Amino acid sequence: MKFTLDWLKEHLDTDASVADIAKTLTMIGLEVEEVIHEGDALKNFVTAHVVSAEKHPNADKLRVCKVDAGTGELIDVVCGAPNAVTGLKTVFAAPGTYIPGKDMTIGKGNIRGAVSNGMLCSGAELELSGDHDGIIELPEDAPVGVPYDQFAKLDGVTFDISITPNRGDATGVYGIARDLAAYGLGALKPADMSPVPSVGPSPIGALEQRFAADEPKTIHKFAGRLIRNVKNGPSPDWLQQRLRAVGLRPINALADITNLVSLGWGRPLHAYDADKFTGAPYLRNAKPGETLEGLDGKSHELDETMTVIADDSGALCLGGILGGVPTSCTEGTVNIFMECASWDPDLIARTGRATGIVSDARYRLERGVDPALTEPGLELATRLVMQICGGEPCEPVISGEDVYANTTIQFPLSEVKRLTGLDVEPMVIKAILTALGFAIEATGDTLTIRVPSWRPDVSLKADLTEEIMRMVGVDNVPVEPLERLTHVAPPMLTTIQNRRRIARRALASRGLDEAVTWSFIDHEMAEKFGGGQDELQLANAIAADMTDMRPSLLPGLLSAAKRNANRGIADLGFFEVGQIFLSSAPEGQHTYATGIRTGTAGLTGAGRHWTGKAAPVGVFDAKADIGAALDALGVDIDKVQVVAEPAPWSHPGRGGRIQLGPKLILGWFGELHPAWAAELDLDGPVAAFEIDLDALPEPRKKPTKTKPALNLSGLMPVSRDFAFVVDRAVTAAVILRAARGADKNLISDVGIFDVFEGAHVGEGKKSVGIEVTLQPLDKTLTDEDIEKVSAAIIGAVTKSTGGTLRA
Amino acid sequence: MSLDDQIDSLRAELTHAIANSSDEASLDGVRVSGLGKKGSVSALLAGLGKMDPEERKTAGPAINGLKGEIAGLIEKRLVELKAKALEARLAAETVDITLPLQPAPTARGRIHPVSQTLDEITAIFSDMGFSIAEGPDIETDYFNFTALNFPEGHPAREMHDTFFMKPGPDGVKKLLRTHTSPVQIRVMQKANEKPAVRYMTPPMDPPIRVVIPGRTYRNDSDQTHTPMFHQIEGLVIDKSSHIGQLRWVLEEFFKAYFEVDEVKTRFRPSFFPFTEPSMEVDVQCDRSGSEVKIGQGSDWLEILGCGMVHPNVIRMAGLDPDVYQGFAWGMGIDRIAMLKYGMPDLRAFFDADKRWLDHYGFRPLDLPTLFGG
Repeated sequence: MKFTLDWLKEHLDTDASVADIAKTLTMIGLEVEEVIHEGDALKNFVTAHVVSAEKHPNADKLRVCKVDAGTGELIDVVCGAPNAVTGLKTVFAAPGTYIPGKDMTIGKGNIRGAVSNGMLCSGAELELSGDHDGIIELPEDAPVGVPYDQFAKLDGVTFDISITPNRGDATGVYGIARDLAAYGLGALKPADMSPVPSVGPSPIGALEQRFAADEPKTIHKFAGRLIRNVKNGPSPDWLQQRLRAVGLRPINALADITNLVSLGWGRPLHAYDADKFTGAPYLRNAKPGETLEGLDGKSHELDETMTVIADDSGALCLGGILGGVPTSCTEGTVNIFMECASWDPDLIARTGRATGIVSDARYRLERGVDPALTEPGLELATRLVMQICGGEPCEPVISGEDVYANTTIQFPLSEVKRLTGLDVEPMVIKAILTALGFAIEATGDTLTIRVPSWRPDVSLKADLTEEIMRMVGVDNVPVEPLERLTHVAPPMLTTIQNRRRIARRALASRGLDEAVTWSFIDHEMAEKFGGGQDELQLANAIAADMTDMRPSLLPGLLSAAKRNANRGIADLGFFEVGQIFLSSAPEGQHTYATGIRTGTAGLTGAGRHWTGKAAPVGVFDAKADIGAALDALGVDIDKVQVVAEPAPWSHPGRGGRIQLGPKLILGWFGELHPAWAAELDLDGPVAAFEIDLDALPEPRKKPTKTKPALNLSGLMPVSRDFAFVVDRAVTAAVILRAARGADKNLISDVGIFDVFEGAHVGEGKKSVGIEVTLQPLDKTLTDEDIEKVSAAIIGAVTKSTGGTLRA
Repeated sequence: MSLDDQIDSLRAELTHAIANSSDEASLDGVRVSGLGKKGSVSALLAGLGKMDPEERKTAGPAINGLKGEIAGLIEKRLVELKAKALEARLAAETVDITLPLQPAPTARGRIHPVSQTLDEITAIFSDMGFSIAEGPDIETDYFNFTALNFPEGHPAREMHDTFFMKPGPDGVKKLLRTHTSPVQIRVMQKANEKPAVRYMTPPMDPPIRVVIPGRTYRNDSDQTHTPMFHQIEGLVIDKSSHIGQLRWVLEEFFKAYFEVDEVKTRFRPSFFPFTEPSMEVDVQCDRSGSEVKIGQGSDWLEILGCGMVHPNVIRMAGLDPDVYQGFAWGMGIDRIAMLKYGMPDLRAFFDADKRWLDHYGFRPLDLPTLFGG
């Protein structure tokens, strides 16, 4: 909210400097966003003398002027204003000056063949007035070359403060002055709100409130007054300037008066042209589908929860929110009906939200306007109308009752210390509360405090504590250390929090960059990855591609890869550790660690290199990443099962699942399905993996146990190679498992050193070479021992695979 | 030819051959021709048996001397040849070590600044005895607003540009949490069921000291606002904690996080529905240069909101506000990362531009700890 220093001083008798006022406002909770010095925008303009003005040789309406701007030389300026004549004193803008009224910076120019080094300015160009018919005419004795802000004594100051939603009382300058006065920055100057003598009874009666008992009724008290024979027209300069300084456009005297009272006292009003009523005005709720042509230039559809002022012609005004066009005041208005009403803040807020109308009246009324100001506000408005527009006021007409909260609070003096740690003398507490308008009805260790009518936000002990604290100053609260632990800190992170951190560091160590992508993705993509349910869609998405909560981290990573490819980076590795959503319930949220590699971005590097050919990423890159991550996460890699059950996004023959059992799935890895890649518009190979961090087994909550004893054999291990011819479909896992199982004591390791297919192996067959390591336990192996194990291995493998030992 | 002449000639011949042998194989040939079973020196030795004893007395030592001498020369030459061979091998194996490594874009995996900043914050608050609490991103109106003392229709609700979800099968309209504060309620409210999900922190009894990080959402977008962002907030609930301690916690945090010895703060009264009294906190900063410097200069930078937990919130969480009290604060993780590390645009955080991640990201093992600094 903006207000000027002059305006503030109308309500506050103070000698405080602008800096002190600004600092105090901020420190008592009325945060100053900006202090605007009126002259600042005009300090680069200077007063000048038009020494000569000749007709432009090539343009009838232009003049070429020689201007003395106090620089010691005459400046050529081309000017089109009819009053740019020899001898005029006016205002000059040198090249480089910003012209606020035109939102442009003037430069050197050449206008139809004549040089122009600057500009002679109109009032509109300086935003001093609406006058743009000619340039500014200064008195003949005006000095030349003086900055305009100094010449015109533009020393006005405007404050722009932000009002928190609880402080309805501070939405008027008067309320702000009251807070500053309570702080001690001056004395509050009360306004004259005493009843204005009326000329007689009102032909318009008290507005009937026509509501059924069960209807929501927004109106509390409606006070109105007919004022006859007013003269509307432009408001006086002081009022126009004041409104302009706070960013409002002056309209006409009546409209400007209602704005003055709204901004000055936080008391919204509405003025109707009384001659435009059709029958007697009254209050009711809108009818379904009823519309109102608002003063905001829009047509609004109303419903039966909204209270309107209506007459026989229909709704005239949306109560407390927006006036209507048909009964609005114009220059020709003679008889007005001034409204000053009190409304239910919650229902005003509800109507405001439902209609989406943003108005100064709504802003104030939904925050709560002092109910004690309804009738005095009408008197104040009457006085201003008579002062500015003349007129004969009839008696006010009133229906309904103001609603007072009448809050009293039992406030122990110890409460301030309890919540803030601050010692404040009881005397000081009482003095602050009294200055803020709180009435102390009973004293002792616990005060009984009555809350003033303009502070509906205060209802609890904590609210009063805040009042004390903001007046004493939070900076005066002594800093006190929080009690430290008396023991070694217990683990700060839970299992899943640790897992996220470990997964991040482990994957980054493998050369993958951590991406953080949006939680919402586009609907089509969400559906493709198994999501897209209604409950996971936003009702009010900010963009068409941010509509659905992600069912997987892959879409975000893949579109990131696409964006990077468009920037020329086709080889990259990304991972994200974050939440995915399977339902809108809390348990539908899972934590995944997901990664991709694209192009040739393998573990050791990407792109062509002197060491060898760049290989495209593939399923085994993804398998290596997921394995390394699981190992870092404490999963025993020897115990996991790798099964050929690829994820839907995976190449069906180049992807797999990692599990501890068919129901305990830890993750998936594979190459992106070529059809999916084409759909995502991704060129080149992509290898990807997903780990469900929530699925990993919970570590046992027992104290750490010693590890089993390490028995190392002193005997040399022996290794033997075998090659089997098996069906192409037989997996390595089956062969390895069979070989390992042949002698669990002696066989310490089995590896695959060779896989090939070819005509000589047989159609549909492949040869798999395995290397078996035997670790003797207590004696060196004899040839017979080795023969025996070899036979067992061959037997086990051929039996489980149906293959043969290759000759 | 006398025996002495024979020895001399043989010595000369073998010495020459040894010196001229160019590798181990030819040297071995020389050894066999001289000292082998059928070698020339061995033949001389064999002749000893036919000599008379007198002759043998002088001839024996002479021939054996030759044998030893030759064996010594061979041994010496062998060492020389081995050294030479190694030298040759090393020369042959020499590579150009200035050849570049594989220009590996993925060899430099980087941690995102949001994760790094969260780890930094975690380290600091863990030292003050806090643990981390978390809750769901998709929330109910109750946890996001009502339980936090945002009455239905209160203008404060409009300060949050809320994303709403379409109704689910149960007809309930949920929303994306606009702040991490719903977790305050979930942590305090003992009436909550034990969460079925691992990431959710179970309710706890006071004294409570938790920090709550997480993703938050508001329908807003410009250079410093994105529809998704990260917040962290703190909550202390016990029977005595007050604003003096809140100031200590925050001031100590700022010093540790921004790595400055002293940082001036300014606490201004403000309004949040879920705290009373409420404050906004500014930190001292210097804006004169190209970047904002915290802990210097005479400007102020608004950095967080805080206050004493509102009595209504404590009551709604099932505790008695006349017995239990405490404070809470909340700030943007992305925002304080921007302040510390100088990223100009929040939107870039979520764009996953590899060049940005490589520039602003952190090394995988650069794990923030208090003991590591």
